[in-house]
Amino acid sequence: MSDLNTKANIAGADDFYAELLSIHEGRSKEQSDAINARLILLLANHIGDRATLSDAMQKAVTAGQG
Amino acid sequence: MSKIFEVPMYPYARSADQDALTPVRHPVVVIGAGPIGLGVAIDLAQQDVPVVVVDDNDRVSFGSRAICFAKRPLEILDRLGCGAPMVDKGVTWNLGKVFFDERQIYDFNLLDEDGHKNPAFINLQQYYFEEYMINRVRELQAEGKPIELRGGNKVSAIGTHEDHTTLEIDTPEGPYNLEADWLIACDGANSPTRRMLGLDFVGRVFEDNFLIADTIMDPEMQKNFPTERWFWFDPPFNRGQSVLLHKQPDNVWRVDFQIGWDIDREKELKEENIRARLHQMFGDDAKFELEWTSIYTFQCRRMESFRKGRVLFAGDSAHQVSPFGARGANSGLQDTDNLAWKLRLVMDGTAPDSLMDTYSDERVYGADENILNSSRSTDFITPKSDTSRTFRNAVLDLAEAHDFARPLVNSGRLSVPCTYDGSVLNGPDEGGLPVDLRPGSSAKDAPTKDGWLLDRLGDRFQLLAVGVDIPDTLEDGGITVEALRLAADESPQFAQRYLGEASSAVYLMRPDQHVAARWADYNEAAVIAALKTATGRG
Ligand SMILES: Cc1cc2nc3c(=O)[nH]c(=O)nc-3n(C[C@H](O)[C@H](O)[C@H](O)COP(=O)(O)OP(=O)(O)OC[C@H]3O[C@@H](n4cnc5c(N)ncnc54)[C@H](O)[C@@H]3O)c2cc1C
Repeated sequence: MSDLNTKANIAGADDFYAELLSIHEGRSKEQSDAINARLILLLANHIGDRATLSDAMQKAVTAGQG
Repeated sequence: MSKIFEVPMYPYARSADQDALTPVRHPVVVIGAGPIGLGVAIDLAQQDVPVVVVDDNDRVSFGSRAICFAKRPLEILDRLGCGAPMVDKGVTWNLGKVFFDERQIYDFNLLDEDGHKNPAFINLQQYYFEEYMINRVRELQAEGKPIELRGGNKVSAIGTHEDHTTLEIDTPEGPYNLEADWLIACDGANSPTRRMLGLDFVGRVFEDNFLIADTIMDPEMQKNFPTERWFWFDPPFNRGQSVLLHKQPDNVWRVDFQIGWDIDREKELKEENIRARLHQMFGDDAKFELEWTSIYTFQCRRMESFRKGRVLFAGDSAHQVSPFGARGANSGLQDTDNLAWKLRLVMDGTAPDSLMDTYSDERVYGADENILNSSRSTDFITPKSDTSRTFRNAVLDLAEAHDFARPLVNSGRLSVPCTYDGSVLNGPDEGGLPVDLRPGSSAKDAPTKDGWLLDRLGDRFQLLAVGVDIPDTLEDGGITVEALRLAADESPQFAQRYLGEASSAVYLMRPDQHVAARWADYNEAAVIAALKTATGRG
């Protein structure tokens, strides 16, 4: 079992979302992709736990598939 | 002066077998006198198993292919009596630097674990490696050991039978026939044996070319290049590709340029073009000579089984990996280490024929581990999609400032010994002993009061006991187990590696220095049962 928290966990959701978009403002697709990749790696390392990471990856894959 | 790889080391000489009226039967014939064929032949001859090695060539590897040899093969070579000259001649290194684009992003120290006779790695040209093995063959011959090396002998046809194989061999004086109870095919990645037997060799092709320039630097220039491993991702002098710089003995530097798939081989190999590349890398006034240049491509693949009846495959004939991680010759020597003692027992009639199947099982397991590791390195070095390149570059960008990303950088994971987890030859694992030495693992070296532990292990079954009373020898079905009594205070490294938290230990060790089973205490029936299991008589 993984400890992936899928309940709302970010205080100030709108602020967070705006900040997430702001780091991409005025950047090319390529620059944005690079930022996203670095962000994923930083967050993944912070989580660390392999089962939680696998669970998150799987949920990321399936979420868009209706 | 001619290079060692231009000198015939075992020129063709007529053998009495060529004049025999009926084909002569030999117990073991090895095809191929590369590092692996020589390794298995030396191992068998040391155990007094007569062996004939045939090779269509008569000299060592043309130019250098392998340069990097890891601790485990060096330990095996020590047991084969030719490790010391390699370590003496080889270059040892610990420091690596990683560059991305125009800058150095970090460096690392391999920090070799102390208390081992052999270093973590040496760099040595493959031609020296083979030369020292041939010297060892000559030494064994002088001692009267049954080993023969026949140059200019090209195997052109093979017939397989239930209890032997027949060989047709071409020589400068015409063909002759031979028979072998056992045939060991060490005839390289393009193995004619594999082809003649119609066996598969499937895996993954990597669409990439690498240009090797073994470069002798001018003394002035050498000062700028310490004994370190330097690896560049996407440098200005080879945009979009990688470059590796690594030092070998005699002031030869291996420069390995990734050059992509769609290339004009002939043009790339022109000396002026290679020199131009090197000048871009080292500067316009760099002074150097070229020792050897070549272009290589690679695949990651293996045979489904390394045994087909009386034919055994070892080394590149059985499996092929990318050079990243130095796993080719290194893993091939682990094949021979695994093969030789089993074959001797089967030939002696003390172990059943099925023991040879475990050679394939254990080494297929090892090959899969190598293929997995080297495929992953290759996928990092040569990203296969835009997304994979984005992540690769993200890792490199982060690695410069953030420690956490460095373990993700993969410019080749250097070969570590294979642990045969799950092997049918493994016996009990009792006594709460250190996990690194669980059954299936190769022994770890450590200082003892009578010298290095690994110098005291191998070539026979042994019972290694610490703080437990054991008999001098045990015997079962013609197989003897010899006692090796050690004390907890041999050295701190020994205690840490073999006891850990425990106060006593008994290890049953195979002739290839791998752990077969272990316990906290001695129990004769348990040891005999484990010995049966380890020799396929369980
Ligand atoms: C660029 C490069 C870099 C490498 N770097 C490393 C490294 O750093 N570390 C490492 O461990 N490995 C490395 N390798 C891999 C290593 O070179 C091989 O794994 C190793 O040479 C395999 O040895 P082998 O004895 O199985 O085969 P080979 O060395 O290929 O020997 C096969 C022998 O069989 C003989 N033969 C073939 N057909 C016949 C026939 N019909 N009759 C008689 N004889 C025959 C050939 O003449 C040859 O002598 C590298 C390889 C390359 C290409």
